[in-house]
Amino acid sequence: MERALGALKQGAKDFGLPRIIILAFFFILLLAAALVGMDIPWLISDVLLRWGMWGILVLAMVPSIRSGIGPNFGVAIGIAGGLLGALVSIELRYFGFLGTLDPDGITFGLVSISLAVLLALAFSSLLGILYGLLLNRVKGNEMIVSTYVGFSFVALFNILWLLLPFRSSTSIWPIAGQGLRTTINLVDDFGRVLNNLFRVEIGNFIIPTSLLLTVLLFCFVIWVFNKSRYGMVMTAAGSNPEYAKARGINVNRARIVGTTISTALAGVGIVMFSQGLGFLQLYNAPMWMGFSSVAAVLIGGATVKRAAIFNVLLGTLLFQGILTVALPVANELVPEGNLSEILRLIISNGIILYALSKARGGSK
Amino acid sequence: MMEEQRYVLELQHISKEYSGNPVLQDVSLTVKKGQIYALMGENGAGKSTLMNILFGMPVIHSTGGFTGTIKISGEEVNFLSPHDAMEAGIGMVHQEFMLIPGFTIAENIKVGREDTLPTLPSRVFGPDLERLNRPKMNADARVALDNIGLDISEETKVAGLPVGYMQFVEIAREIDKKNIKLLVFDEPTAVLTESEADQLLKVMQSLAAKGIAIIFITHRLSEVMQVADYMTVLRDGELVASKAIADTSAVEIAELMVGRAIEKLVDDDKNTKVSTEQNEVALSVKDLYVDMPGETARGVTFEVKSGEIFGIGGLAGQGKVGIPNGLMGMFSSHGDVEIFGEKLNFTKLGNALSKGLAFVSEDRRGVGLLLEESIAHNIMFGAMTTKRDYLSNFGITKLLSAGRMNRHAKDMIKLLDIRCVGGGQRVGALSGGNQQKVCLASALTMKPRILVVSEPTRGIDIGAKKLIMEYLAHLRQEEGLTIIMISSELAELRSICDRIAIVSDGKIEDILAPDASDAQFGLAMSAAAQNSEVS
Amino acid sequence: MGTNLGKFLFKNNVAILFLLLSVGAFAAANVSLPFLFEELFTRFSRNTFMVLSLLIPVVAGLGLNFAIVIGAIAAQIAIFLTVLWGGAGFVGVLMAVGMAVPMAILFGFLVGKLFNSMKGTEMIGGMVAGFFSDGLYQFLFLFVLGGIIPIANDQLMISTGIGVLNAIVLENSIHHGLDNVAMIHILDFAFFASLALSAIMLIVRGVKKQPLNLKQPAKVVLPLAVLYALGFIPAVGRFLSADRLMLFYAVMIALAIVVLYSLYHIIRRKESEKPTRFILYIVGAAVVFGLTYIPELERSLMVVRLPVLTYIVIISLCLGIKWFMNTKLGQNMRTVGQDRAVAASSGINVNRIRIIAMIMSTSLASIGQIISLQNIGTMATYGSHQQVALFSIAALLVGGASVQRATVKQALLGVFLFHTLFILSANAGQSLLGNAQIGEYFRVFVAYAVIAVALAMHAWVRKSNKQVITQIDPRVAATAASAESK
Repeated sequence: MERALGALKQGAKDFGLPRIIILAFFFILLLAAALVGMDIPWLISDVLLRWGMWGILVLAMVPSIRSGIGPNFGVAIGIAGGLLGALVSIELRYFGFLGTLDPDGITFGLVSISLAVLLALAFSSLLGILYGLLLNRVKGNEMIVSTYVGFSFVALFNILWLLLPFRSSTSIWPIAGQGLRTTINLVDDFGRVLNNLFRVEIGNFIIPTSLLLTVLLFCFVIWVFNKSRYGMVMTAAGSNPEYAKARGINVNRARIVGTTISTALAGVGIVMFSQGLGFLQLYNAPMWMGFSSVAAVLIGGATVKRAAIFNVLLGTLLFQGILTVALPVANELVPEGNLSEILRLIISNGIILYALSKARGGSK
Repeated sequence: MMEEQRYVLELQHISKEYSGNPVLQDVSLTVKKGQIYALMGENGAGKSTLMNILFGMPVIHSTGGFTGTIKISGEEVNFLSPHDAMEAGIGMVHQEFMLIPGFTIAENIKVGREDTLPTLPSRVFGPDLERLNRPKMNADARVALDNIGLDISEETKVAGLPVGYMQFVEIAREIDKKNIKLLVFDEPTAVLTESEADQLLKVMQSLAAKGIAIIFITHRLSEVMQVADYMTVLRDGELVASKAIADTSAVEIAELMVGRAIEKLVDDDKNTKVSTEQNEVALSVKDLYVDMPGETARGVTFEVKSGEIFGIGGLAGQGKVGIPNGLMGMFSSHGDVEIFGEKLNFTKLGNALSKGLAFVSEDRRGVGLLLEESIAHNIMFGAMTTKRDYLSNFGITKLLSAGRMNRHAKDMIKLLDIRCVGGGQRVGALSGGNQQKVCLASALTMKPRILVVSEPTRGIDIGAKKLIMEYLAHLRQEEGLTIIMISSELAELRSICDRIAIVSDGKIEDILAPDASDAQFGLAMSAAAQNSEVS
Repeated sequence: MGTNLGKFLFKNNVAILFLLLSVGAFAAANVSLPFLFEELFTRFSRNTFMVLSLLIPVVAGLGLNFAIVIGAIAAQIAIFLTVLWGGAGFVGVLMAVGMAVPMAILFGFLVGKLFNSMKGTEMIGGMVAGFFSDGLYQFLFLFVLGGIIPIANDQLMISTGIGVLNAIVLENSIHHGLDNVAMIHILDFAFFASLALSAIMLIVRGVKKQPLNLKQPAKVVLPLAVLYALGFIPAVGRFLSADRLMLFYAVMIALAIVVLYSLYHIIRRKESEKPTRFILYIVGAAVVFGLTYIPELERSLMVVRLPVLTYIVIISLCLGIKWFMNTKLGQNMRTVGQDRAVAASSGINVNRIRIIAMIMSTSLASIGQIISLQNIGTMATYGSHQQVALFSIAALLVGGASVQRATVKQALLGVFLFHTLFILSANAGQSLLGNAQIGEYFRVFVAYAVIAVALAMHAWVRKSNKQVITQIDPRVAATAASAESK
């Protein structure tokens, strides 16, 4: 009996106090939702959708943490690349690149989103390499530098969104305005394509099958990479650079690879996010996505030095789950103000603070 | 009573153990006023532990304290912190400078002990807000600097000073402390040029002449012969000898430091020495320079024959550890190195590995292992990266083959008797000896042509030590593996090596047979001292 | 001389770049100099105090204090309470400060504790702590106030009674509470305070039977007495009864002080010292005086009217920081900032010093926010504090400061340059690219980019320095570790 209790205690310790609190909070919220008469299946469907939308953005944390640069606070850079990719894909469609495909057909949607993903990959990988080169020069301070580089990129792209010569009527302001719209409707492109493909509907309960499968597919690819030779090399370089050096590993290159994969995933992540939302959000919208992604992976049990796919899946589910459920519940309880936004601030920053104070890496 | 007072410091029957391992056993020594007292011994002989006890370092108290008594000027003391020791008039000049570059010399001398004048706010909020009395600080600093003959403005910033001057600023800081009675110099000349070292020794002598007792920790025999009045040699935590310098010689001291009865670490039947004279050259090193801080190699030349166990020994800090680290590319190095006739390219990371050199680092936890990963992962890793072993096909790519990895780990665990729950256990949770076995297993898994082991027995228990040594002998005997072993423990080298190179001052001083006399080893190790005495 | 100039340019490269950028923006922006001056000095009085609050953590090795947001939050809670309880004018400002500082001390203590558990990552930690506190603050203002703690005040609360309004108008409360104090009152206060203090000092000395040393208090009291007496002359009295000082007069007074100071030093100097420096000061003052004859500049100087007490507070803080750095505590902070191991081995309680630095910075930031809001006159309940760290830190860095070194001079210069660019960028964007929005985005970009570049450069330099340092004596490291774990 005592042993069982001990094992339970150890298990709880391994799982981590913050996760237990957050899990409990999640269930309390669900319970509260049921009590105030919310439509639970509909709520859970929404949680699933947000899980899918955020999955790849959070997944972007895994290569960066494993390669030793820590949680990638600068995903805004990858997001900028991804948005650029999505915009170019819209532009191509506008100028007839997709030819005679039926705009309402499945093929059209799939081609459209694949095009966006590929372009996003291309742009954000390129940015990722440059970003990796920078991060190699600021070892030990990656987190704060990447945060501000990320912010700078958001501001820089704000200017670019005004200046870039896009033509598509979907993207630019209609009447003689200058620059791109703040939100761009993707209904003519890849908006909600994956949400709807093979969608399972049981009453109010909806599973966005294709979206979830896509997320799992990317998780699987990263899992495979982690088990490959270079994946293991990169992890070793991240966790002990001296060890790696003694085994002939180019630590700087491994870090660049990790940063690039992370940034590329962020690019794909924003395309997935936008397709789930049905809109492309430009300007300051990506500013805080980095923090949410970092918080999600930490909630899932990662530390600033170790992360696995499981942490991504669990963390995204918990974090987005809480935010999704909290919003209607809060509106029911207190109609004023945006409790969900406040929760996001408190939970995401609280968990990051907790992780930082536990890391004690730089404390000497 | 007056007789007692002659001693500034009396250490009586000091013993200390760390979790059951004795590191100091019944050491007693006494230092007189104005005496320069040399404390000698190899790394790990117990010098630092003794000084830690003297200074009341927290590491001593947190590990169960010590036994024995310490008396300062005849009075028994028990320091609970280094600060207590400083209050009692004991100072330390560190090997690494404890100076702040952005501060002036005077500010550095007075750091933490600034002279102040009261201000209006300080009367309300306490002495923290008293303002600095810079004229007084500068004047005091001037006095201290004049005392050691350093002719430089006390308002100069430390940042631009030559290294040698920094040492003197440290000394000035210590003698500025009131009632300083005893100064400990911890390898003060290690980073100095020759002329700076000379000047430092002169300062030590003049301080001693003013009545300050000095404990001088150093590896440089020449300096001991030059300035010390008395010396004590520690070895394996025991006091080997205490002698007046007038009654001894450099050779004798070196012998005392390293000599000991050879323990039978390896049974003779397990280590039949075969002649390797006729074999091909496995490793040839010419003029190797390695820029490893504290262990610089300056033009090392030697050859190792295939199937040989080649030992590299020498006192700490002389550069023996730099040699393998340079070969493996851990620090910037140059020279002509050939591995089985192929030239080593220093600019290419991992070149030595790909030419069949495997390395077990002396820094087990820092360089040797991924502490967070499993035993199996650590064992497989080197072979996986360099030889692409333990991977199996998975579609267009190759993934880790967990099955093969675990099977091999199981074999290695059995072979080397690694005490663990299983191959999946985290390496960080193992004891030092078992971690070392994992390092060795990892190196062997790479199927090297030459195995380089650096300090393979440092900090591990005797059982593991014996097993590792026997296994190394076995590898050579059964598989003809060429082994290069670097160790501070001469006894170990002498028990399995065919030839032993002694490194002194960054160069190979001599290559000796394992059965050469203690005196010969002593002579080679103290060579730097001999040379400078002659010159 | 050539190399000196090169060094000077290199050392001040950031400031010079911004100077050029500002000049360019001014040329492009097509605004008048008086407009620029008026805007600039308003912003200067609002933001300088906050920027100065960043200096102490830099000195103590904590880097740029992104957590000053927390000080601003303390200030806003205090202002809310001040408005609620009807505090107004100068007394209202004192009320707000009196409530904000104790809160800031508590918050600073907590943040300091937190930072001690994340040494090396204080900056990201401070930023995240700021966001976290913002969350708690919003929770307090949106749900707790009115929701849990009933507050009946329809000027402050949303119509439902739960949650505080988006904007709190300070018009009838502390608006210009500090700015509007007349010079004559300040002078009266200074005169009587100095008299009282001198009296207390003399009595204490008398009781303790120390020499009275009358000269010392006289040096302070006499000049004040002269000024006080001058106030009774009707013309001077009328001048002093104003609460604003024309910038032109301020410049003239400053020039007069520089000239008098220099003359004093030239006359009193020792034989060995050369008077070159002071002569240069006088020449400089003469040149500035000459410049005021440029009509455009003269007009600008005539337009700007400085709130006297606000500027006195800012100048006092500048002098106070300089004074503080020369105290025992200041020196300990410098030591801790330079090398924690050395500090610990010299018996300095590193963690305590770091906490004190955070408390000071947070408290100063809270006062800074009150100064800023009493000038603006409206508090954006959920917005005023948010960008405080960003713009203050960017301004400090523009002045040439770095993560490890920051001075009062750099702070002042930085505020001027950064805000010049800030004022001009929208207009410059409009006239250069035909879009004011671009200018808006550009200045936000500049703020972020300045910080990003400064942080990257800091990490870069630190990395190359690190390679020189080999290893610390284990004994010393042990002391440091034990001292820090206390």
